[in-house]
Amino acid sequence: MWEYAPAPESRAIANLKPSYRMFVDGEFVDGGGEPLKTINPATEEVLAEVATADKNDVDRAVKAARRAYDRVWGKMPGAERAKYLYRIARMIAERSRELAVLESLDNGKPIKESRDVDVPTASAHFFYHAGWADKLGYAGLGPNPRPLGVAGQVIPWNFPLLMAAWKIAPALACGNTVVLKPAETTPLTALVLADIIAQAELPPGVVNILPGAGDVGAELTNHAGVDKVAFTGSTDVGKLIQRSLAGSGKKLTLELGGKAANVVFDDAPLDQAVEGIVNGIFFNQGHVCCAGSRLLVAESVADELLAKLHARISTLRIGDPLDKNTDVGAINSKEQLTRITELVASGEQEGAEKWVSPCPLPDKGFFFAPTVFAGVSQAMRIAREEIFGPVLSVLTFRTPDEAVAKANNTPYGLSAGIWTDKGSRILWMANKLRAGVVWANTFNRFDPTAPFGGYQESGFGREGGRAGLEAYLDV
Amino acid sequence: MSERLSVAKTYKLYIGGAFPRSESGRSYPVRDSKGGFLANAAQGSRKDVREAVVAARKAFGGWSGATAYNRGQVLYRVAELLEGRREQFIAETAASEGLAAKRAQTVVDAAIDRWVWYAGWSDKIATVLGASNPVAGPYFSFSLPEPTGVVGVLAPQASSLLGLVSVLAPVIATGNTAVVVTSQDRPLPAITLSEVLATSDVPGGVVNLVTGATAELAPWLASHADVNALDLAGAPESMRTELEVAAAGTVKRVLRAKGTEPDWTAPPDISRLRAFLETKTVWHPMGV
Amino acid sequence: MAAPSTTSAGLPPALADATRDETSLRRFLHGLPGVDQVGVEQRAAGLATRSIKKASKLWAIDTAISMVDLTTLEGADTAGKVRSLCAKARRPDPERPEVPKVAAVCVYPDMVAIAVKETAGTGVGVASVATAFPSGRSSMRVKLADTEQAVADGATEIDMVIDRGAFLSGHYGRVFDEIATIKQACGGAHLKVILETGELVTYDNVRRASWLAMLAGGDFIKTSTGKVSPAATLPVTHVMLQAVRDWHDTTGDRIGVKPAGGIRNTKDAIRYLVAVHEVAGPEWLDNTLFRFGASSLLNDLLMQRRTQLEGHYSGPDYVTVD
Repeated sequence: MWEYAPAPESRAIANLKPSYRMFVDGEFVDGGGEPLKTINPATEEVLAEVATADKNDVDRAVKAARRAYDRVWGKMPGAERAKYLYRIARMIAERSRELAVLESLDNGKPIKESRDVDVPTASAHFFYHAGWADKLGYAGLGPNPRPLGVAGQVIPWNFPLLMAAWKIAPALACGNTVVLKPAETTPLTALVLADIIAQAELPPGVVNILPGAGDVGAELTNHAGVDKVAFTGSTDVGKLIQRSLAGSGKKLTLELGGKAANVVFDDAPLDQAVEGIVNGIFFNQGHVCCAGSRLLVAESVADELLAKLHARISTLRIGDPLDKNTDVGAINSKEQLTRITELVASGEQEGAEKWVSPCPLPDKGFFFAPTVFAGVSQAMRIAREEIFGPVLSVLTFRTPDEAVAKANNTPYGLSAGIWTDKGSRILWMANKLRAGVVWANTFNRFDPTAPFGGYQESGFGREGGRAGLEAYLDV
Repeated sequence: MSERLSVAKTYKLYIGGAFPRSESGRSYPVRDSKGGFLANAAQGSRKDVREAVVAARKAFGGWSGATAYNRGQVLYRVAELLEGRREQFIAETAASEGLAAKRAQTVVDAAIDRWVWYAGWSDKIATVLGASNPVAGPYFSFSLPEPTGVVGVLAPQASSLLGLVSVLAPVIATGNTAVVVTSQDRPLPAITLSEVLATSDVPGGVVNLVTGATAELAPWLASHADVNALDLAGAPESMRTELEVAAAGTVKRVLRAKGTEPDWTAPPDISRLRAFLETKTVWHPMGV
Repeated sequence: MAAPSTTSAGLPPALADATRDETSLRRFLHGLPGVDQVGVEQRAAGLATRSIKKASKLWAIDTAISMVDLTTLEGADTAGKVRSLCAKARRPDPERPEVPKVAAVCVYPDMVAIAVKETAGTGVGVASVATAFPSGRSSMRVKLADTEQAVADGATEIDMVIDRGAFLSGHYGRVFDEIATIKQACGGAHLKVILETGELVTYDNVRRASWLAMLAGGDFIKTSTGKVSPAATLPVTHVMLQAVRDWHDTTGDRIGVKPAGGIRNTKDAIRYLVAVHEVAGPEWLDNTLFRFGASSLLNDLLMQRRTQLEGHYSGPDYVTVD
């Protein structure tokens, strides 16, 4: 047996400090709220204390953003705004290792992912949007589209730095200023981004970062001085926000949950389909809104596929997120671990056949072994509710029409996957699937040029590409 | 204490990522606006143009095959290095064109910002010009802009840096490679620019610069069967028609020049991006 | 296509059916699942990011050394050259006797006799290329004579090339027959079947050729002759490792895999071992089931081995030229 020796990335480069402050009007300041302690979910140790905002802080930040908009940013030529965003993109790339290690410490995701996906994509997002700042007239939204003003943005814990980039870059490119609240369990990389923003000499008040919990988010999204709200998170909270903003005149975009179907036909390139399924549900521990959490496989190849899937999943390494050979990291919080456990129990109760990877798990921290349920039907909770963990529900179908019907049989509509060697079928399916993102013979591909967003209860509005600019312009 | 003598630069051609002298061994004196001697520049020959086209063709596959993001990053890097050499370019442009210091600054800053503008186009032009075509049948049809290939560029005669940047950047941002015949009387900023290109991750052969007599070199570029397009910006007015006639021999895409040289400081539109793009339309049935 | 040879005797019915005639063979091969190029290249690249350090690295280096088929296949080969190759094969690092021997030496058929003499009693195998290597463009008579000569001279392994022209024009039956015939001529020698993946080009073809070679009785499937570029690559080897894995799941038998050409350094070699480990399985991490066709790789392995043990970077003066 060949055991890979531990290959840990060094912690020191994350430059972890014992305490972090909020970023308001170009400076790091204390917060009026009760400081939160952010922990490393792989070890349960406290990483740092982080200042949080109270009502007055939210008000100060929104006013700072308004001043910056009125006096500086809203009037600045696009070509100059672009150069600030290019600087930020380049600096993220320069400090990429620091950010990747910090992200893995705070979030629990494997260093391989934060290093190879999260951080480079965040940099790319700033680089792409920098180029739009002085080209908005070409976006097909009118000859001289204007920004909205101050954007209040609330982001989730699953891709902390990347979600901050997805929010801040287009907002700034379009000429808005921003007040952003990172998730309460993962505030650190947003605050290092604030440091990068300060190093890039972005004018004070253009970006403000306020750590805190749901109450801070509510305060921010409801603040009268905010012109536009962008939220990524659970569908339940998304509905709350939409309700509270009704009649307010504030523009809103939502990116919520999903229960994506990954559809495998009998002529799929089978080994790559297995990779796509594995990536679809175990990438980022399954903490992905667009995760391929339902496998819809043609009944004629189901047994063969499941056998290959079990074998492949058994080679996944679950463990220390900082180990370069770790494939699946820690669940982000105890709360989330509890939720996953509860839903898995419901699966067993409702009669699905459970298979669990035989991989060893660390003895502390929040970890969950990759799990596959076969014999799932659409009526089961594990087929309908978003688990947001490394749990795959497998259903079968007989014909393409049946696959479409089952795939669409959900109030969600964020993403879907299609696996087949037949081009016309890919295009036919893509046309029929009610999902904002369709991946054919691949999965979990993200690019700043390609719009991302959902149908129905997965939210509305798009991020990335030309379509994503619309959210931040008065059009 | 005696004055220190500077180490004078030798200005050579830029072909295939290297700096060769002209194979003809010729050079010619370059003078400033008052007639003072600046330097000798290589006087390129038709064989130099031929080698440049070979280099540009060789580089096309890799450059057009790179991701648009990568091309954008490379172009942005060029801007970073231009910024670092801002003072050098201000001095060189001022001397070349007889500009006052402030005007030279404006021109150089505009040239740097123009590189940044075009860097940001490389991963957006497909979105702006491409389309999915709603054809009347069960087909998925899309159209994409693709680079045409090797573009021959006659760089503006008067604006030796900003004009050059304004015609060169849009050619390569979209994945084409370029063979540029520089301004005949003001070639020096172009060669200094090529030093920046050589040190900023631009692959050898993507840009090739030949200095020399425009009237001698342009016809060889215009008639070359392995050049796909021709930019007549710096062509002497008297030659424009004959060059277009020569280009017609291989049905090149020709970007005509308008009258006299424009004010290059004005913000550009995307016509120079569109000029060297082909549109490819693809159809595929949609069905189970 | 000739009647099925004894090789198909032990096959499960579905596979035996496939070898009944060329039409059945074609249907079977074309019925295998396709390989998505982007997907397989991404998986191979992902596996290549594994970080193998310390004890696991040392183990990998020693294992890789034991898997080397130390090769010389040049027109200019002489008795002298083969002798020094064999000396290196027996004792890769003269100052470190504990370094494992390589698995085999690999030479042209007319050099086999010398190689057999120089490796006698050492346990190092003698592999001979055969069947009009590297092009495979000659008559069956010549290819058979090639093989018989090498076997008669004592080769313990035969590395044959398939007829790529026949494969690419769809004459799978001819390719099958040639392999089966050569396998018979091997006697006790084991047969490696070189697919020349650089000429097959698509991963779909590599998968089909792998299955064809296994159906026809090959003991090993090998990527390349090393004379054509590209030679071995991680994704191509990945596809072949998947094929032997699937073959094992279907028949219970294990076939070996040998990437050859283009594997120049330890970092590459370790990446291949990771692929073997995670795609085929740990059972394949043995020189009876995996080999490296290489020449300059060995010295890099030896230098890296020294680095691991001595704690500082080594240099080319501390390893021997062949």
